[in-house]
Amino acid sequence: MKGARIFKAYALAYLLFLYAPILLLPLFAFNDGAIIAFPLKGFTTKWFDAMFGNATLALAVRNSLTIAVSSAVLATCLGIFTARAMTRYRFPGKAPIIGLITLPMVLPEIIVAVSLIAVLLGLGVTLSIWTVILGHVLICTPYTVAILNSAFASLDRSLEEAAIDLGESRISTFRLITLPLVAPGIISSLLITFTISLDEFIIAYFLAGSAQTLPTYIFSQFRFPAQVPVIMALGTVLVVLSIVLLSIAEYFRRRGLAKSGGKDTGGFI
Amino acid sequence: MDSGGATTKLRRSEASDGLTLIATPAIYAALLLAAPLGLLFIYSFLTDGYLTIIWDFTFQNYIDAWTDPQVRQLMLRSLWVAMSVTAATVLLAFPVAYFVSFHLRPERKSLWLFLITIPFWTSYLIRVFLWKVILDFGGVLNSFLMGIGLTSEPLTWFMNSPAAVVITLAHAYAPFAILPIFVALEKIDRSLLEAGQDLGESALTTFWRVTLPLAMPGVVAAVLIVFIPTIGDYVTPQLVGGSEGRMVANLIYLQYMRLDNYPAGSALAVSAMLMVTAISLLFIWMNRRFLRATR
Repeated sequence: MKGARIFKAYALAYLLFLYAPILLLPLFAFNDGAIIAFPLKGFTTKWFDAMFGNATLALAVRNSLTIAVSSAVLATCLGIFTARAMTRYRFPGKAPIIGLITLPMVLPEIIVAVSLIAVLLGLGVTLSIWTVILGHVLICTPYTVAILNSAFASLDRSLEEAAIDLGESRISTFRLITLPLVAPGIISSLLITFTISLDEFIIAYFLAGSAQTLPTYIFSQFRFPAQVPVIMALGTVLVVLSIVLLSIAEYFRRRGLAKSGGKDTGGFI
Repeated sequence: MDSGGATTKLRRSEASDGLTLIATPAIYAALLLAAPLGLLFIYSFLTDGYLTIIWDFTFQNYIDAWTDPQVRQLMLRSLWVAMSVTAATVLLAFPVAYFVSFHLRPERKSLWLFLITIPFWTSYLIRVFLWKVILDFGGVLNSFLMGIGLTSEPLTWFMNSPAAVVITLAHAYAPFAILPIFVALEKIDRSLLEAGQDLGESALTTFWRVTLPLAMPGVVAAVLIVFIPTIGDYVTPQLVGGSEGRMVANLIYLQYMRLDNYPAGSALAVSAMLMVTAISLLFIWMNRRFLRATR
């Protein structure tokens, strides 16, 4: 079929467009030249050495990891509550409450950032990585709700009823039956929100005060052309890391689907 | 009668269980989302006293935001850029979603979707910066075009301009457009397409009268999910937009973090949100009309 071949060629060209920036990244990270341009000058690993010896960067990474782990855990807890209530119960005000919780997904992040900073500074809160966590939990929760909602929805309710009939309490039923069945969803939600938080810039830019996170550090370095090759090295490490994390998340998502016998609709969003 | 009473009781306990469960996330969202948005709205009507906010009710911030020619130009540019990004992203993404849904064997689909989402999860800032590298004066694209002899001088129209912002954002939001369209296409009953062609429709009219209307929910989701965040994007206009490509988020940042003028910044933020909401509603209304027309 001629039409099919055109579609395939187009889709492959599109993939090339999607991957173009990422393919360039390692070229410049290993390039022995301070200017980010062609032609390449030769192979070096000195940018990676400079990256690992950078104390400011190390601090920014530590801040970002603290923020990302806390946000992922807190948002996933809130996501479990929401998804469970959404799939299992009917209650008054359900639609508006869930609408409010998932609103950040359709709100420009800058709006979340400015409204939070107005309140926090109005209350006299000192900006730090903890205020960033408050914001990140807010924007991560809708994603955990989306992931966990499908995990809870594909749960067979009769399994829980059977456990209760056999004399388990509701809490032990949740622990012994429900939680293991949605565990793959929880793991994939933790990984996805961790990745979102680690990469989030604008809220951290507004709410971190004098502290730096990985993205705000990267942004500050773009002003100094001499620092850019180090950022390319950092980017290469980040790309490899996020591909590994995503592959693990995808593995658990598929295992979760296989466990509950659901149909694969693909993707996380 | 008795069983009816039991059902009401059951339903009441179900409602209270559900509310107890959702209370924590709901209170969190009320305190850190609803209340701050409310305050933002109130701030937009107050007066700025340097480093403090005077509780003096006024429309002046909005009058300033909507009458200052520079601010108005920036607002319109933000809108125009966000619309171009949305159109480019959705139009480029549709054939890809169509290819994955209609031309691939089921077991290959997940792999393709996974490949499509990977670039999206890698550092946003670094991706934007690399587009700057690609589009710059001595950048990758110009070296390539000059190398193959298509042009002898570096082309400049796509660097430090709204065009660069559109290209970069169309790249950044690609998966957001592909995934909802793909999900909608997957739901289409394939026998409807065969029926259309059996009844003598050509492939093109089948697409126009069957596939596209059925895919519209996905397209609408894609349009909204790309349009709404793009208008508030800060990084891309800042890094690749140049002075001609600044957008509303850059101005909000300036008012909030540099000039400490919260009321003016809040009025800009509220105006931007109103524009986004109005255009989104208009778009949903237009889509309803399209669906009614093809029925």
